[in-house]
Amino acid sequence: MDLSYGAEYEQYRGEVAAFLKANWPLEGDEAGLSHAEQALVFRKRAIEAGFLARSIPKAYGGSEQPADALRGQIIREEFGKAHAPGDARGIGTMMLVPTLLDRGEEWQKQKWVGPTVLGETTWCQGYSEPGSGSDLASLKTRGELVGDGWVINGQKIWTSGAHRADYMFCLVRTEPEAQKHAGISYLLIDMKQPGIDVRPLKMMTGTSEFNEVFLNDVKTPKDWIVGKRGEGWLVSRTTLKHERNSIGDASATEALFKGLLDLARRSKRGGQPAIEDPAVRQRLGEIEGYMLSHKYSGYRQLSAQLKGENPGLIATMNKLNSTNIAHRIAKLALDLLGDDGMLDPQGQGALMGMAPKGAPGWLSQYMSSLGVAIAGGTANIQRNVIGERGLGLPRDMAVQRSK
Amino acid sequence: MDFGLTEEQQLLQQTVAGFLENECPPVRVREIFESEDGFDETLWKGMLELGLGGLAIPEEYGGAGLEILDLALVAETLGAAATPGPFLGHALAGLAIAAGGSDAQKQRWLPALATGDRLGSVALVGEDGGWLPEEWSLAPGAALTGKQRFVPFAHQADLIVVGTAGGGLSVVERGAPGLEVSAYPGVDRTRRVCEVGFSSTPAEALESGAGAADRLRDAGLVLLAADALGGASRCVEMSVEYAKTREQFGVKIGSFQALKHQLADMAVEVEPCRGLVWYAAHAMDHVPEEAAHAAAVAKAHLTDRFMQVGRDTVEAHGGIGFTWESDVQVWFKRAMFDRAFLGQPAVHRERAAADW
Ligand SMILES: Cc1cc2nc3c(=O)[nH]c(=O)nc-3n(C[C@H](O)[C@H](O)[C@H](O)COP(=O)(O)OP(=O)(O)OC[C@H]3O[C@@H](n4cnc5c(N)ncnc54)[C@H](O)[C@@H]3O)c2cc1C
Repeated sequence: MDLSYGAEYEQYRGEVAAFLKANWPLEGDEAGLSHAEQALVFRKRAIEAGFLARSIPKAYGGSEQPADALRGQIIREEFGKAHAPGDARGIGTMMLVPTLLDRGEEWQKQKWVGPTVLGETTWCQGYSEPGSGSDLASLKTRGELVGDGWVINGQKIWTSGAHRADYMFCLVRTEPEAQKHAGISYLLIDMKQPGIDVRPLKMMTGTSEFNEVFLNDVKTPKDWIVGKRGEGWLVSRTTLKHERNSIGDASATEALFKGLLDLARRSKRGGQPAIEDPAVRQRLGEIEGYMLSHKYSGYRQLSAQLKGENPGLIATMNKLNSTNIAHRIAKLALDLLGDDGMLDPQGQGALMGMAPKGAPGWLSQYMSSLGVAIAGGTANIQRNVIGERGLGLPRDMAVQRSK
Repeated sequence: MDFGLTEEQQLLQQTVAGFLENECPPVRVREIFESEDGFDETLWKGMLELGLGGLAIPEEYGGAGLEILDLALVAETLGAAATPGPFLGHALAGLAIAAGGSDAQKQRWLPALATGDRLGSVALVGEDGGWLPEEWSLAPGAALTGKQRFVPFAHQADLIVVGTAGGGLSVVERGAPGLEVSAYPGVDRTRRVCEVGFSSTPAEALESGAGAADRLRDAGLVLLAADALGGASRCVEMSVEYAKTREQFGVKIGSFQALKHQLADMAVEVEPCRGLVWYAAHAMDHVPEEAAHAAAVAKAHLTDRFMQVGRDTVEAHGGIGFTWESDVQVWFKRAMFDRAFLGQPAVHRERAAADW
């Protein structure tokens, strides 16, 4: 165990701070650019300096730094303090990029990784369909090779961000004769084309972050496929693995807990700050135990990965663990809000990786913590995975039969 | 940065685990559990031969000079096997003297503790209760009079480090006049506890008792958290094993999704905690400013998890799990000890809250 919190890291913090002082906020003409444009300009510089896209090879537009959870933490802290744009968030950086790096063709990595980590290109994930959620491999959207391109017909649902995305990574049935899982391919699709019809769906928070996507003779070139025909299921498993493993979410959990402490300081109980109420303190304390466990569990997995060791059982449970903690935080937050908990979140969007500010934000977190537990594999599906793959318990009989 | 164990540390854990597999299998645990005094000379001697008596005692006083993390890794392994015996009290007595003793006091006591020629224990709770140094109530002095409660293996101990009012520490030796020991009917029969009475009993105060008291408390919390991690992990393993072998309705019960999900939830309670225990132990020697907080959170969190998972383990075993025959009760009761000894989770959460 070597956490050398000492001089080396303090010096590094100084380097980060000096970079930020020189580069953010933008000045001169650049200060007049739009929010999004400013973020792009700044990210390019931050990647060059080695502070963002740290796990992405230089050849594909990243900064290729040795993984180091403490440095990552320092960067997040200093960038946060300076209100500077951090790594581009979203399903593209979280899921598509690792999948392309793992399974993509060289030209695909060249074309998409860089712009995606910059936040210039955005993606949506076309997996779920009306009849296929947990049993994703039963999906029906069809893809046929006609000449040198795919023609795709069908419907996707719950597609987050489809209304903004440039592209969709999508699971499509291309081999109808093959057995269930072997008939699926992983295709990349340009969202800006006539056959695509995106219809927003209103979420319980009142905003419309996800959509129905109708695909009607949608076209995509023959080689916009990741992996071979019929390998889409396996390819998508690499992405799900990345989604479940995303260790960074431990620091999001920590930020959420700190936000909860702030809420407890600001809320009142019997005329006193709620944080002074022993019952509140106990609940906060319980959550702190879960939060710190999750945090150091992330450190441990990162170190194991770096040494090429298999972290084991733990790798199957990060998602369930973090959604469990988010639920506990949400419930206490609602209690702290007191009567304000009867109000509507007023169209606050889903909050990913940030501590909410103000009552509407916390009310939205109260709801969106549920969305996170469903998206990307429900809590029950996670328990199946932990039980069967993690603990080696016998497989589910019904699921076996449906293969 | 490396958040992981060294090869030596992994080897230490494997060595202890291997020893326990041979010398302390569940049948042996049961024999000791059922015995009159819960103390097995042969097992303890074997542990001493492995060097477990003085792991964290400085080398100059005959110990191995290792860190709290190493000690915690051993505690975890002992917890996994529900190892009966005086390891906890002995280790804490050594740490207290190493942290608070004058050089002469260390010379006098530590080498014999390191070899295990003498067995140590700690007596912290006074008659009015209270595990924390600021709650200790026994009046300090060259002679002690009063009672201390929940002293592990006081019957066998050759020297007892006693917590006194104001957060001081004193050493009382076996055979001292006025020293009286009587065993409690403790629930955890792998770690027996006693009441110790003093009446004008000669005691020697450790030179710098006060600073040492906090280190003693935090090290104790870390070792309990580690024991709980080991015990809780073993509970999950036992339950999973049982679910893979026991059949009902013509199939292994582990194929029933309700049970599978309960087992998955148990694993999610325990497995993510490993890093927290490591961190709390590591902080004791390397991140002093966070050590007290991390130790408090780890003790509160892990002993709570162990208790919950212990209950779940009984349930996962059905009727057999509720019997005296079943080994499950051994771990279940160890969880009750870990939770209460050195203070309930709520006490330490309240302390941790002071740092927010
Ligand atoms: C906020 C949000 C964003 C989303 N974003 C996207 C996106 O961008 N792209 C995308 O493709 N999808 C997205 N989804 C969809 C999500 O992946 C699915 O909702 C999820 O996989 C569950 O599928 P379902 O809704 O069909 O529920 P169902 O599969 O019908 O599940 C209903 C209930 O049955 C349980 N259940 C089902 N099967 C089993 C089983 N074998 N064992 C035990 N219990 C079972 C489930 O746990 C659940 O409780 C999003 C969902 C939400 C809520």
